[in-house]
Amino acid sequence: MQPDLSQPPQPSSEPLLQVQELKVNYGAINALDGVSLKVAAGQIVSLIGANGAGKTTLLRAISALHKPRSGSIAYAGRSLVGLPPHAIVRNGLCHVPEGRMVFANLTVLENLRMGAYLQTDHSVVEREMDYVFTTFPRLKERLRQSAGTLSGGEQQMLAIGRALMGSPKCLMLDEPSLGIAPLLIKAIFEKIVQINREHGITILLVEQNANLALEAASYAYVLETGRVKLEGPSAQLRHDPEVKAAYLGGR
Amino acid sequence: MSEFLQQVVNGLALGSIYALIAIGYTMVYGVLRFINFAHSDILMLGAFAAFFLAPKAQAIFGAESVLGAISVILLSALICAAIGMLIEYLAYRPLRDRPKLTVLITAIGVSLLIEFGCQHPAVFGPNPKAFPKLFPAADYHLQGLTISTNDMVVLGSTLVLLGALWFMVQRTKVGAAMRAVAFNHHAAALMGINVSRIISLTFAVGSALAAVAGILYALKAPAIEPLMGIQPGLRAFIAAVVGGIGNLPGAALGGLLLGALETFAGGIPGVSNYRDGIAFAILILILLFRPAGLLGKLQHEKV
Ligand SMILES: Nc1ncnc2c1ncn2[C@@H]1O[C@H](COP(=O)(O)OP(=O)(O)OP(=O)(O)O)[C@@H](O)[C@H]1O
Ligand SMILES: [Mg+2]
Repeated sequence: MQPDLSQPPQPSSEPLLQVQELKVNYGAINALDGVSLKVAAGQIVSLIGANGAGKTTLLRAISALHKPRSGSIAYAGRSLVGLPPHAIVRNGLCHVPEGRMVFANLTVLENLRMGAYLQTDHSVVEREMDYVFTTFPRLKERLRQSAGTLSGGEQQMLAIGRALMGSPKCLMLDEPSLGIAPLLIKAIFEKIVQINREHGITILLVEQNANLALEAASYAYVLETGRVKLEGPSAQLRHDPEVKAAYLGGR
Repeated sequence: MSEFLQQVVNGLALGSIYALIAIGYTMVYGVLRFINFAHSDILMLGAFAAFFLAPKAQAIFGAESVLGAISVILLSALICAAIGMLIEYLAYRPLRDRPKLTVLITAIGVSLLIEFGCQHPAVFGPNPKAFPKLFPAADYHLQGLTISTNDMVVLGSTLVLLGALWFMVQRTKVGAAMRAVAFNHHAAALMGINVSRIISLTFAVGSALAAVAGILYALKAPAIEPLMGIQPGLRAFIAAVVGGIGNLPGAALGGLLLGALETFAGGIPGVSNYRDGIAFAILILILLFRPAGLLGKLQHEKV
């Protein structure tokens, strides 16, 4: 199915995810120096920025893998600060981490089941599994294979599929294009858009490949050394001379 | 020939005990990447728990009753599971994000604390105590082969426990969660897995197995005392390393191998005094050729 890229869903006024003045440090390094961002329900929002800008740090802070020094993180009207990571997942905020982190020692099927770890209703697990297989048919052929033996692209599909198993309302993806062949990158991005359109899953997409990110998203933030340098609708950022020069290869 | 078979039986019986202990080392290594040196003391505590429970069981079930023995073993395992979880909670959890060396030194500290704490007269005292017979003991003779009920209990319970453990780790959701945590804590947490709870459970299972091993070991040993865990603990640790630390079948294999080596070296006339030396020399050779252990895969992260 070819997703319709021309018509992003209408953003609602109430943001599903809202980060305000977030500061995170690793010892003396200020990785995030007061970042604020909003992700409206149903949207795809991109976060672009160079190596070391703090993109991964932001997602890790939202997922409570790293404790912020100050600032607030609200999701569906509730504060997430102080919650453990597993409680955040329970609320339907799922995170596909940088480098995929599929469980190499588990089979593809076990990886998917782990994604539905908190789901006690077996019929829901079955339904999500079916959806993952229609989205990534390749995974179905590899069910009994250990995830460590998958190709990089297949691992990325598994990482996304595993997150979908948790029935997310909001999905955070950290550089899904990392280490993947260009042709496959395009296919995976189409899937990401499709997931958003078909299921209304809100997506926060971290990407270094600004071209792709701006194409998929309706709104984008540009992060530079721990601060939001620019933000705006993707269409607008794509024509911003600064963004063009720094992130779009000067075109 | 029958003498050889006899050595095989003895080696398997001793090796089973090492295997049960080795599994605890390897499981904890799997989820936390450090060696829990206090593990050897858990097996001692298991033996002492049984020592104190045995008279109570005797009062209820009568002397040397099978039901009494089972309840003593199960209760001791439960007590040790709780102690293992408590040690993790108090000593290791606060150090979760600290360098592994810090945790390792803490583990040695916990081990020494238990060993010498238990030597205090107000606890167990340093003197050896005769371990009670838990079940009727008899020797069976089979074509020149002597098999004691003790050996049968050791082999039987090891087999059952290893089977149950395999089932739990490979076939249940919580077992898959354990393997997920062993792979990466953060990735596991992002699945909604409560990583601390899984680690707690890992300690509980490993400690329960150690308690059973401690009791089986005590049944073979003349007496129990607070330092009794050190020697089998060290051997089981080496067994876990030889099998491939972090690898469960490896720990079982390493344990059996170590038990067999020790038994066979002890049976060769003239060298029985050097049996540990011979056994360890062979193990060093194995590690020279397979640094990650027999079944282990090379990893970048090591203690
Ligand atoms: N565990 C850590 N300890 C110390 N510093 C860290 C740690 N993780 C990240 N940093 C530093 O924090 C800053 C932000 O890193 P982060 O990984 O968030 O960047 P990023 O935008 O995701 O980069 P990339 O595009 O390369 O993934 C960098 O300067 C990095 O060196
Ligand atoms: Mg990153």
